[in-house]
Amino acid sequence: MTTLDVAIVGAGPAGLAAATLCAERGLSTSLYDEHGGPGGQIYRGITTASRARAEFLGEDYWRGATLVPPFERSGARYVPGATVWALARRADGTFGVSQSAGPPTARYATTVEARAVILATGAQERPFPIPGWTLPGVLAAGGAQLLLKTSSLVPRGRVVLAGSGPLLWLLAAQYLRAGVAIAAFLDTTPRGRLAQAAPLAPGFMLSPYLAKGLDLVRFVRRRARVVEYVTALAVEGKDAAEAVRFRHGSHEETLPADLVLLHQGVVPDVQLAGAAGCALAWNDVQACFAPVVDVWGGTSVPGLYVAGDGAGIAGAEAAEARGRLTGLAVANALGRIAGTARDAGAQRHRRELAQALRGRAFLDALYRPADAFRMPHGDTVACRCEEVSAATILQLARDGCAGPNQMKAYTRCGMGPCQGRFCGLTVTELMAQAQRRRPADVGALRARFPVKPVTLGELASLPVGEDALRAVVRSPD
Amino acid sequence: MFARLPDDAATDVAITIDGEPFAARAGDTVAAALLAAGRRVFRAAPATGAPRGPYCLMGVCFECMVTVDGRPDQQACMLAVAPGMRIETGRGVRAVGADAGTPP
Ligand SMILES: Cc1cc2nc3c(=O)[nH]c(=O)nc-3n(C[C@H](O)[C@@H](O)[C@H](O)COP(=O)(O)OP(=O)(O)OC[C@H]3O[C@@H](n4cnc5c(N)ncnc54)[C@H](O)[C@@H]3O)c2cc1C
Ligand code: FES
Repeated sequence: MTTLDVAIVGAGPAGLAAATLCAERGLSTSLYDEHGGPGGQIYRGITTASRARAEFLGEDYWRGATLVPPFERSGARYVPGATVWALARRADGTFGVSQSAGPPTARYATTVEARAVILATGAQERPFPIPGWTLPGVLAAGGAQLLLKTSSLVPRGRVVLAGSGPLLWLLAAQYLRAGVAIAAFLDTTPRGRLAQAAPLAPGFMLSPYLAKGLDLVRFVRRRARVVEYVTALAVEGKDAAEAVRFRHGSHEETLPADLVLLHQGVVPDVQLAGAAGCALAWNDVQACFAPVVDVWGGTSVPGLYVAGDGAGIAGAEAAEARGRLTGLAVANALGRIAGTARDAGAQRHRRELAQALRGRAFLDALYRPADAFRMPHGDTVACRCEEVSAATILQLARDGCAGPNQMKAYTRCGMGPCQGRFCGLTVTELMAQAQRRRPADVGALRARFPVKPVTLGELASLPVGEDALRAVVRSPD
Repeated sequence: MFARLPDDAATDVAITIDGEPFAARAGDTVAAALLAAGRRVFRAAPATGAPRGPYCLMGVCFECMVTVDGRPDQQACMLAVAPGMRIETGRGVRAVGADAGTPP
């Protein structure tokens, strides 16, 4: 087996930028992504989307098109349709990267060897645990946006968008520009947030980014019914979504809806990093865990790097800059460029990063989801896979359950196919609430390899060796 | 629940959904094709049997699992349609067809 210099997981802006830089510096580079095309979440479908979409997808989307040609010229190998499910660091410091690819009837697994690994796995939707969020017809807004980018699908019938954050406004604008009517936009941003957020970014208040965002909000307000300060949001229906119920001020209202699109921001996907043993830290402003990284994206595991939104939410432009910074660090660590060349090359990308981060503190403060939408109560489902309610978790936490990993043993939450991706943060925060501890002290649900379900057939297709064993044998906690 | 934008120019991909022929489009995932066909319910939750449909559409929630070409538990949102693909929904739910809706 030949050893790669660097294996990169995730072909969004961070992964594409890192791979391009590494390959241009002469490193043998492979880029793996579970999707069939490059672009990640923001630029999904960038090589196939119709230019007829240019106008309503918006210029930020089309920026992604500039990342692909340099990547294709760089000499990096691109492996689409490959799901990475384990990383094993060996005694000699190299990694075994296990992945599966192929159609359902002929999926097979392989393990490649790499001297360094960059995780550019991006973000996922933050859970939005409200009553009725498991009903068919309730979708994450980011997911609905992917349908628009790759399949030209737009809602038909009565669609309600509910939640908070830039992505929700962007989706509303994209739909409206595409001629789709929106029954209501329910804004759950709590009252008083703008006043709290404004002082955090004086420079940003005058920047073009803010002006662009405000234009978007104004555009949506002119064309759709926007309800502010929404609380007590719930979806009703028997076998699928039929209505949304909510409160605003002292009014309670029920609106019929066939499709409810929820969103309250995105959080880092820490599954691979966590399972690989990278130290994670709780970010109190963003209310999520993220791997602890240095300024180059280096984690607590030598040779393992995280770039882009997977290392903390900062957006697509920041992801690109962070991808290049990590690429420089890896090129230096593997002896391709000197430290001075790395530092000189980094200057530009640090400026780009600083520029991209200008409004972050403001956005984080403005759009931090309300406590009630992060920490549900009663029958509201916290763990969708195993159907565990908030009340069950709160009760066990009050009874002295030690942490999320014990909670998993008691309730199975985190044991279903999603492996805690959609309940992990909720469990941590609910336990913190019940036990009056800080989420940082409660800790995270521990992810384990394989981070995605793998069939026995796929495992059997791996050559038996040290990596195959490490990929599936669980080390004791 | 979803409709194609009228100017969509992608070519058709012939698949079957629970035995019925359906024209998906190149670029569709299995989940996109099912939604375009008017399906909201993809499967039943294992514990209570409650109907479920896709939520994240990016491989995270596993709510979209269906049977593809005889293989159960495939993430519909992560798999591209291919000509002749056979998709079956509703593992574990009896009356899943009740929500079939009307195709656009
Ligand atoms: C659904 C969704 C839609 C979004 N839309 C927008 C938008 O329109 N505008 C905006 O500014 N921001 C958007 N964001 C925010 C997003 O996080 C961007 O800031 C940006 O995409 C981050 O870039 P990235 O390179 O860090 O990761 P991403 O772009 O998220 O790319 C990560 C890639 O890693 C791959 N991956 C993950 N795990 C594995 C694995 N185990 N094996 C193989 N591949 C893997 C994924 O398939 C994905 O392609 C969206 C986020 C989400 C979740
Ligand atoms: S819809 Fe969430 S994994 Fe497919």
